[in-house]
Amino acid sequence: MNKLFLIIKREYIAKVRNKSFVVMTFLSPILMVGMGVLIAYLTKINDNEKSIVALLNESDYFSNEFLTTEGTSFIHFNEINLETAKDSTLKMGYSGLLYIPKESNLEQVVARSFFYSEKSPNTSLISRLELVFQDRLREKRLQNLGVSTKDFSALKVNYAINTATFNGKQNVKGINEIKAVIGGAFGYLIMMFIIIYGGFVMRSVIEEKTSRIIEIIISSVKPFQLMLGKILGTSLAGITQFIIWILLGSLLMLVALSFLDIELSALQNGAELTASINTALPTVDQTMQVYAQELLDIPWFTLLSFFIIYFLLGYLIYSSIYAAIGAAVDNETDTQQFIFPIILPLMLAIYVGFFSVFSNPHGPIAVGFSIFPLTSPIVMLMRLPSGIGEGGVPLWQLLTSILLLIVTFIGIVWLASKIYRVGILMYGKKPTYKEIFKWLKY
Amino acid sequence: MNNILVTKEVTKHFGKHIALNNVSLEIPRNSIYGLLGPNGAGKTTLIRIINQITHPDKGSVFFGGEKLKAEHIAQIGYLPEERGLYKNMKVGEQALYLAQLKGLSKSEAKKRLKFWFERLEIGNWWDKKIQELSKGMAQKIQFIVTVLHEPKLLIFDEPFSGFDPINANIIKEEILKLKEKGTSIIFSTHRMESVEELCEYIALIHKSEKILDGKLSDIKKAYKNNIYKIGLQTPNGDALLGELSGKFKISASDYNTVEQQLDFTMQFPGKETGEILSYLASKGNINSFVETIPSANEIFIKTVQSKNNNE
Repeated sequence: MNKLFLIIKREYIAKVRNKSFVVMTFLSPILMVGMGVLIAYLTKINDNEKSIVALLNESDYFSNEFLTTEGTSFIHFNEINLETAKDSTLKMGYSGLLYIPKESNLEQVVARSFFYSEKSPNTSLISRLELVFQDRLREKRLQNLGVSTKDFSALKVNYAINTATFNGKQNVKGINEIKAVIGGAFGYLIMMFIIIYGGFVMRSVIEEKTSRIIEIIISSVKPFQLMLGKILGTSLAGITQFIIWILLGSLLMLVALSFLDIELSALQNGAELTASINTALPTVDQTMQVYAQELLDIPWFTLLSFFIIYFLLGYLIYSSIYAAIGAAVDNETDTQQFIFPIILPLMLAIYVGFFSVFSNPHGPIAVGFSIFPLTSPIVMLMRLPSGIGEGGVPLWQLLTSILLLIVTFIGIVWLASKIYRVGILMYGKKPTYKEIFKWLKY
Repeated sequence: MNNILVTKEVTKHFGKHIALNNVSLEIPRNSIYGLLGPNGAGKTTLIRIINQITHPDKGSVFFGGEKLKAEHIAQIGYLPEERGLYKNMKVGEQALYLAQLKGLSKSEAKKRLKFWFERLEIGNWWDKKIQELSKGMAQKIQFIVTVLHEPKLLIFDEPFSGFDPINANIIKEEILKLKEKGTSIIFSTHRMESVEELCEYIALIHKSEKILDGKLSDIKKAYKNNIYKIGLQTPNGDALLGELSGKFKISASDYNTVEQQLDFTMQFPGKETGEILSYLASKGNINSFVETIPSANEIFIKTVQSKNNNE
């Protein structure tokens, strides 16, 4: 036990002292936040660029339909001819010129209207303009059919179907996706952790092999102790890194937000604004409330507890495979053929998760992959936000999945430690699968 | 109990390959025991079994009379042939870590390390990283780490590879000092020169089997073939040589006509030398007569070859 602790300590210190590890730990959040800030900044610039459209309206059918909105404002030209209007639009550097001719009826007006611009026009602007024409046309045609303008505006509908579970709990469209995204985030975290720190474990094993210290060490400790110590030490370093990333990331985010002048109060104001809009539209408000309720209803405690269980088991399974690979090869270039089969189930889990769990969290594929031990840590976590039991993951599936995972964990660690034990003392050969299989019998 | 280590019919397979076949050895206390054999003979496998890195398929190992168990690891020091150290770790930290893995407390390990670092005159290396040191320098540290926990049994696998002659000599002196202090030492090598100098006992392993073991001096006696080196002052050496080679096995003969000196090596038919000597004495003046004792190298080659021929 004492030796295991010594190994864990050494692995941890060796890892956190490593220069590239330190650089990555502190640089990654800076890069991530920097990237976010850059994107936010660029979007802001993009949004700030207002397109100004010149409007030459000769018809009587349009008067004040063209309202200045967030992205577009209109300059009205009066009593000049089209050619002059074109010239001045160009000279003023406006985005374009909307020309509405004078015709006897609206159909004609609409048919002959033109939008002139130097470059090919911005699609969102065009569709906004088209919407104005469409509305006007519809209104006019309905008028011809005897529907008044007032009736027309009363006709506007906004509808979303109501959904509920059989026991009467209100369901919201899209909540499955949101839940899956939350679960998916946990699953993704597990995958990233496995790939990054599994790789660290592997490299650390290879380092011991190439530096030939391995035999000196295993004459003092059991190979299994060394493997376990290595995995645990590296994981602790990984967890340290993750915590630093989260702390530093949030700190930088705050700094960046204040720097960018997007103060939190402004965000709150924005929220209030939407809230006030929402009160005007009772259905939307209700929906929001249901969403919020659903998010609060996500069994966070259960989710976190199972995250820890699946994380530990999943990570230990995969990192012991990584350790075995590191032991089997002499250098990192030889690892490719063995790594691919490991990454495969992880990738599969993520993709199956995103495609299948999103659309149907309790469908056969989702169930299958959430029970299969190499994919369950990721897929089950995507299903879990909908809870356990009725309306969520049936208890038997959860238990089967964990039980299988534990059995697999014991089996894989046993196999990996056998490969590890033999592999670390094999030098100079690039092993094949067949040979590794033979090692199991040594 | 005179033996520090006994192996009884130890057998080890790797798949279909037999690495060790019924190897029984008795390694006496407080001696230097040479484990000899060509590359791939199974020496390293045997050493790994003694270190409990691998386990025998059959047979057993006894350490100081007890069946080998995990606790014995702390009483064995092992310098493997394939050896190295962590490249990125400082010398001192690394030595401390390895010593602690052997069960020494941190303070005790530090104390002993200081002693050894000063003794081998490497005190100023403590904070250096291994990658800054030469191979020979790293070997010194490995040697210290091997002996630091004062094991009862030391196992050196090719200890002098990588050392320059001066440092090899320093290490050899240290090994001899350890032996004087009562440590038993197993010394695995295929370099025979060092065997002659150091080992009292040897075992020869060839193709997974022990083909010879015992006290080196006894083995040498057994391998003597009544071969003598003779120097003779005689006026007609060539004629005498011709006469002798008709009856005996003569090799490495040389006759210097100016000095009338005949030197030759001859195998006597039996242990009795008197008759032939008096005959030779009648032919001239014998000025040297020495029995040639086979070197370990010759015994090694001879045994291995005869073993190969028998197969």
